[in-house]
Amino acid sequence: MAQSSQATDGLSSIPALLQRNAVEFGHKAAYREKEFGIWQSWTWKQAADEIDKLSLGLINLGVEEGDFIAIIGRNRPYLYWSMVAAQSVGAIPVPLYQDAAADEMAYVLDHCGARFVIVEDQEQVDKVIEVQDQLHQFEHMIYLDPKGLRKYDHTRLHEFDHIQEQGFAARDEFTPELERRRAKLDYSSVCVMLYTSGTTGKPKGVVLSNRNVIESAKNSAAFDNLGPNEEVLAYLPMAWVGDFIFSIGQSFWCGFCVNCPENPDTMMTDLREIGPTYYFAPPRVFETQLTNVMIRMEDASRFKKRLFDTFMEHARNVGPDILDGKPVGVWDRIKYLVGDLFIYGPLKNTLGFSRVRVGYTAGEAIGPEIFDFYRSLGINLKQLYGQTEATVFITVQPDGEVRSDTVGVPAPGVELRVGDNGEVYYRSPGVFEYYYKNSDSTADTKDPDGWVATGDAGFIEEDTGHLRIIDRAKDVGKMADGSLFAPKYVENKLKFYPNILESVVFGNERDKCMAFINIDLSAVGNWAERNNIAYSSYQELAGHPKVLQAVQEHVEEVNKSVAEDPMLSGCQVHRFLILHKELDADDGEMTRTRKVRRRIVEDKYNDLITALYDGSTEIFTKTEVTYEDGRKGSISATLEIRDAAVVPVTPQKVAAE
Amino acid sequence: MNQMTEEGYVTEDGRTIGGKLMEMRNISLRFGGVKAITDISFDIREGEIRAIIGPNGAGKSSMLNVVSGFYVPQEGEVWFRGEKRPQMRPYEVARQGIARTFQNIALFEGMSVLDNVMTGRLTHMKTGLAAQALWKGKAEREEVENREFVEKIIDFLEIQAIRKTPVANLPYGMKKRVELARALAAEPRLLLLDEPMAGMNVEEKEDMSRFVLDVNDEFGTTIALIEHDMGVVMDLSDRVVVMDYGKKIGDGTPDEVRNNQAVIDAYLGVAHD
Repeated sequence: MAQSSQATDGLSSIPALLQRNAVEFGHKAAYREKEFGIWQSWTWKQAADEIDKLSLGLINLGVEEGDFIAIIGRNRPYLYWSMVAAQSVGAIPVPLYQDAAADEMAYVLDHCGARFVIVEDQEQVDKVIEVQDQLHQFEHMIYLDPKGLRKYDHTRLHEFDHIQEQGFAARDEFTPELERRRAKLDYSSVCVMLYTSGTTGKPKGVVLSNRNVIESAKNSAAFDNLGPNEEVLAYLPMAWVGDFIFSIGQSFWCGFCVNCPENPDTMMTDLREIGPTYYFAPPRVFETQLTNVMIRMEDASRFKKRLFDTFMEHARNVGPDILDGKPVGVWDRIKYLVGDLFIYGPLKNTLGFSRVRVGYTAGEAIGPEIFDFYRSLGINLKQLYGQTEATVFITVQPDGEVRSDTVGVPAPGVELRVGDNGEVYYRSPGVFEYYYKNSDSTADTKDPDGWVATGDAGFIEEDTGHLRIIDRAKDVGKMADGSLFAPKYVENKLKFYPNILESVVFGNERDKCMAFINIDLSAVGNWAERNNIAYSSYQELAGHPKVLQAVQEHVEEVNKSVAEDPMLSGCQVHRFLILHKELDADDGEMTRTRKVRRRIVEDKYNDLITALYDGSTEIFTKTEVTYEDGRKGSISATLEIRDAAVVPVTPQKVAAE
Repeated sequence: MNQMTEEGYVTEDGRTIGGKLMEMRNISLRFGGVKAITDISFDIREGEIRAIIGPNGAGKSSMLNVVSGFYVPQEGEVWFRGEKRPQMRPYEVARQGIARTFQNIALFEGMSVLDNVMTGRLTHMKTGLAAQALWKGKAEREEVENREFVEKIIDFLEIQAIRKTPVANLPYGMKKRVELARALAAEPRLLLLDEPMAGMNVEEKEDMSRFVLDVNDEFGTTIALIEHDMGVVMDLSDRVVVMDYGKKIGDGTPDEVRNNQAVIDAYLGVAHD
């Protein structure tokens, strides 16, 4: 593909966009952060000045073009500036997950050979210091919050403010150099490197160019009519491609304001105070919010509860149609308006969704009830399907064509095809440049024509053109009788029950499917409270016979629904158990983005799987757990194994299409 | 510990500790015929973390109450900042720059966290009741200044998320943290902590230990604490006073105290022959 290295309008890098915004939207808020109980804000002009000071400071510290600068911390304006400052001086920002343990960080820092690290606070400083002996190229660390760091050795440690001050003091000396470096940036220079969480193996560094980021931002902003007056809340990990696109790519392209919460725990309050117009959340966040609403309604007075139930039922019937602009009767509209005045409006306000114009969810399948709940309130929640390698966007749902079981049509500029083995491939301006220091993987994933394998199996619906994803391609297998095995399909159905937080289904090459279940402690705990069931820990609640009974009912309902699909009827769950601990990223059982690492779970709990298949009714097991600070301990439990009723089906031989 | 002089000393981790901030001279305290404290002397140096330990009923809390001015000893003198302290009411002691937390949390349960912490600023408010009720001019400015200070404390102790939550709704560990926040809001020279880690789980203890160290580091506050958890005491404190049956049986760095035979006997018990 022949590509020019310059964008048509000369806006071919994030720093170039910053300079445009500083002129065009000079007095408009670019960043807000709540600190000391008050929203502090910076205009585009001020943000540009801060970034300049930091860039000069980085040059002063000895940052060279092509260096990697790791950035670790929660969403804060200063860290977003750090990324843009790194780009401005020709370096490559590498945001990392701040909750990663020190040794996970060591791998990534060593792999990219970061000479400089910019971190938020003492916690991150300590982690980097712990592993610095393994990092040969590491030189300097810059921190934001000096709390607790006063007495540290400062030969290689610098305070963010001081770097800015030193940069500003040396502005006469370094400004020409900064301008030279900034002018060199073009569409093909590297914009950012993001590590994929990797459900298998070590993380891979995905290199995205300015072209990838700016084209993706431009196309997606046009698709949803995003303008300079949007407000977003930046609360998802900075190391995740979505946050990079929403909070930097689209924000810089459109000139809209990025709001940072005060603290991870205040996210819900901050969401309500800001009232974003453009909002993104993984299904889990929507699920938690809905669970909280329902729990609170259970405790409300009977009158309020009845009012809520009546109007929510009405909303479920007509809300989505009103949102999609389909014809709805006058009386229904009036009733909906009344509901909006008294129920939906206040509820949306409580949730912080009063102003949401476009909302997205992605990353996992979302339960239809959850999805419909938000849409029935009049919140334009849509799904998108994306990947780090695609600079997020592969498919998106256009307004008016929103369904919970598809992920939408190809995003603007994206070509899509389904391979012979059912795997989905795409080609777009957002397709990543390469995996850093891993040309084998690059060649495996991206062919010479630019087609990228998603690793997901799916198909395109013929009548609508929407893409439907079945499962990870490598997880799709065959049962012993040759029928299709798609664990994710069943797991998602299980997870749609509020009581079930996570599930893992086994059955590849076997004659029957079995499942591990994780219960949702807040939902089940609330239920236990209302039913006078005392419990002291997750483990105890998970082993309670009534909980097992409830989960068994869920499993059996899922079996019925799975049986309706002739292709997948073999995937019914015959036996299950409730795990004695929650699957956790610290134990390596999940990725930091909370996706189950199937292989690791399979190895770790091999004894449980054996017990599921050999027909035992209970099993004693001992599991090693890792605490947040990296120490290890172990928990043991005797787990009950239950049989679930299945719907008999005649085995069918189906070729996995 | 390096050489201890009148002017101060340098701790093992390299912090410079100043001269005597508070000195207890031959304190004895009796409740009727019961001797709670018998002839105890020790000092608390500027900038140090000083622990008082001892088995149950050793008189630790009584000692802390003498320091805070709540109990008046029958014998002995309390010296604060180089002056002998006359008999004082607790609020006068508070004005001198001594703040404390309680073993059994003593917060205003019905008030929000923010309001509770604001009460810690009371000693810094100069405008009268009428002015504050009208909330004009000076009173308003004062409130804003105090709120700013309180917000810094809230940020410091990472309790932003519960700012507006009524204290009654908080779990125990959080209440302890709010109490610390209220004590810090008074900008004390000397902070007294009465069993700050009691009843906490490991994670809460670690958080609290970090905050105690951070307070000492960031604000230079001198801290005197009573604690049962030996691990915590030995990690946190620069010097330790050991009490048993109202008497001082040891005083020194954690290492010195750990190897003191009288202390070992008091904690492990000893055969009476």
